[in-house]
Amino acid sequence: MSNTVEMTIVKAINAGLRMAMADNDKVLVFGEDVAQLGGVFRVTEGILAEFGPKRIFNSPIAEAGIVGTGVGLAMRGYRPVAEIQFDGFIFPAFNQITTQVAKMQNRSEGATKMPMVIRVPFGGGIGAIEHHSESPEAYFAHTPGLRVITPSNPNDAYWMIQQAIASEDPVLFFEPKRRYWQKGMVDLDNPPAGMHEAAVLRQGTDVTIAAYGPMVATALQAAEIGATEGRSIEVIDMRSMSPIDYATILESVKKTGRLIVTHEANTNVSVSSEVAARVAELAFYHLEAPVLRVGGWDVPYPAAKLEEKFLPDADRLLEAVDRSMGY
Amino acid sequence: MVQFLSPDGTYGVPAEYAEYGKIIADLKEEDFLKFYRHMSRMRRFDVEATALQRQGQLGLWVPAVGQEAAQIGSGHAVGKNDHIFPSYREHGVAITHDIDLMAVLKMLRGVNHGGWNPDETRFHLYAIVLGTQVIHATGYAMGVTLDGKVGTGFTERDEAVITYFGDGATAEGEISESFLFAAINKAPLVFFCQNNQWAISSSVETQTTVPLYQRGAGFGVPGIRIDGNDVLASYAVTKKHMDDARNGGGPFMIEALTYRIGAHTTSDDPTKYRSQEEVDYWTARDPIARLEKFLRRQGIGDSFFEKCDEENEIMAGEIRAQTFALQAPPIENMFQHVYSESHPLIEEQAAWLKGYEASFETDGSTSTEGGAA
Repeated sequence: MSNTVEMTIVKAINAGLRMAMADNDKVLVFGEDVAQLGGVFRVTEGILAEFGPKRIFNSPIAEAGIVGTGVGLAMRGYRPVAEIQFDGFIFPAFNQITTQVAKMQNRSEGATKMPMVIRVPFGGGIGAIEHHSESPEAYFAHTPGLRVITPSNPNDAYWMIQQAIASEDPVLFFEPKRRYWQKGMVDLDNPPAGMHEAAVLRQGTDVTIAAYGPMVATALQAAEIGATEGRSIEVIDMRSMSPIDYATILESVKKTGRLIVTHEANTNVSVSSEVAARVAELAFYHLEAPVLRVGGWDVPYPAAKLEEKFLPDADRLLEAVDRSMGY
Repeated sequence: MVQFLSPDGTYGVPAEYAEYGKIIADLKEEDFLKFYRHMSRMRRFDVEATALQRQGQLGLWVPAVGQEAAQIGSGHAVGKNDHIFPSYREHGVAITHDIDLMAVLKMLRGVNHGGWNPDETRFHLYAIVLGTQVIHATGYAMGVTLDGKVGTGFTERDEAVITYFGDGATAEGEISESFLFAAINKAPLVFFCQNNQWAISSSVETQTTVPLYQRGAGFGVPGIRIDGNDVLASYAVTKKHMDDARNGGGPFMIEALTYRIGAHTTSDDPTKYRSQEEVDYWTARDPIARLEKFLRRQGIGDSFFEKCDEENEIMAGEIRAQTFALQAPPIENMFQHVYSESHPLIEEQAAWLKGYEASFETDGSTSTEGGAA
């Protein structure tokens, strides 16, 4: 009988961080406003009281410095968990992440590991101002040396943050901001899967929708609606954008013959572009229709009053289902 | 500016720098001779590496001629528990910490990106993106503090960190961020700026309106300028501030005013942007000639200098032979150490390339079908 507790994604990440910090005293948490305030989304709330100021501390508002000092701390034997406050604020740290964090292990021929986690709340849907709703995951999935994952539910959030911290490689941990307060059961005893394994969340036979992060809930909603219209939609939570679990996607595509890949990020040169290309290579004769992509438009993330029309919703997914079935 | 050896080799300790002078007073003759030996080795290594590049044996060389005093003096001031974060021109500092110089040449020949173990040598890998190493050093020094290895009073246990960068790198945002992070965390860190006066073709006058040693002050990092061509100033000032850092005094910045007598790299042509008169002026202030004059006045005779020359010639010959012998690494090296744990995409690509390469070996044809036909 498993020990399960209901919690939000925010609470699940918090609980996962505490487990990792209790398990290994080299785990450090830092970033802007993470200590007394507990982060602007309260993901690190209460950790200061439990672990003290040597384990969790505020950083100056300098993202390159946050990640750069994290590199030095990792070299020293620590396991830094750095928070970037919002997706759009990661770019001052882009140089450190892509030229240093990603490459240190390669540069040193394996002598210097970089067991660092960079937590990033990402995606839109919260009515925010500019730079607070972006989905920059493709930049990092494109960069060799990084691992890029995102949970879509509390159970995954609880376990994947711990798996990311345990990894000897650097992990970009994207947190689905608008789902932070979504509740779900967390199994405190058994991890659901490895952090790079995709999960089939709903079985179907007509078409597969592969989603990750905040779009998983949307895909499940589309499948629910689709069922009422006689569409049998399979939903995959990709969970990992680098590496991508193609085995799970291909198995599904070989069954349904149709694939739609969705995310909030701009669609051009995106994770869905890569999945479409690879699936076309690896399952060409199983496909009944071209792989379709349903993502954000290739424009800067719009002002909040328009974000509903930017973010893919269940209707846009179902429109793609219709198109796919039309071939 | 702190100077103990004037360009003509005269030694003197100004009253205001008496504290640093005491450190020099503790040095023995063998220390002075070691400084000279290492400075002359650094110069000879540089000359040989430049020649190897000109002969096509190295892809690139990054000369440091003229910066021997700044590097050898400060390098020897680093304690046995301390840690060094270099930029990419610190061949002299590498010598002071027994780094295999062939490891440096491997990089420049294109065999790898840096092949020594930073944990074993405490000399971290060269950093090519300017300023990145300075923020790493800052984080590392914060870790030293977290480990409780600062200011305990046990010199066998305490540790400090030194990071090297040039005048050009001071423009990078990460260096300003480093000053801030180091200051607020009271990190045991010495910022050692070799102001060689040229950032490729930009003179230092065009890069800053305030002397560089004052750059950290607004962040809470005090600084001092030294004559970077005076090995005794470089040694004593670095030693003092590494000791202070180790004892919990927080970060400090040293600006070593020196001159890049050579080109930025072997791809550079300095005649396009600076005058011969300027180069001549600084060549007359050569740090090695200066130390030699001082040593001769101390009674060190020809035999020592001749022996240094002999040793350096042997070293140059060995470097030369070993460079010629360096082979391209195996193709699979490209796929190794990208991750420390399994990554299916890379494993798949490595396997494919291996099979593709093997297809040429089997029958010498250019078939891509694994040689099966």
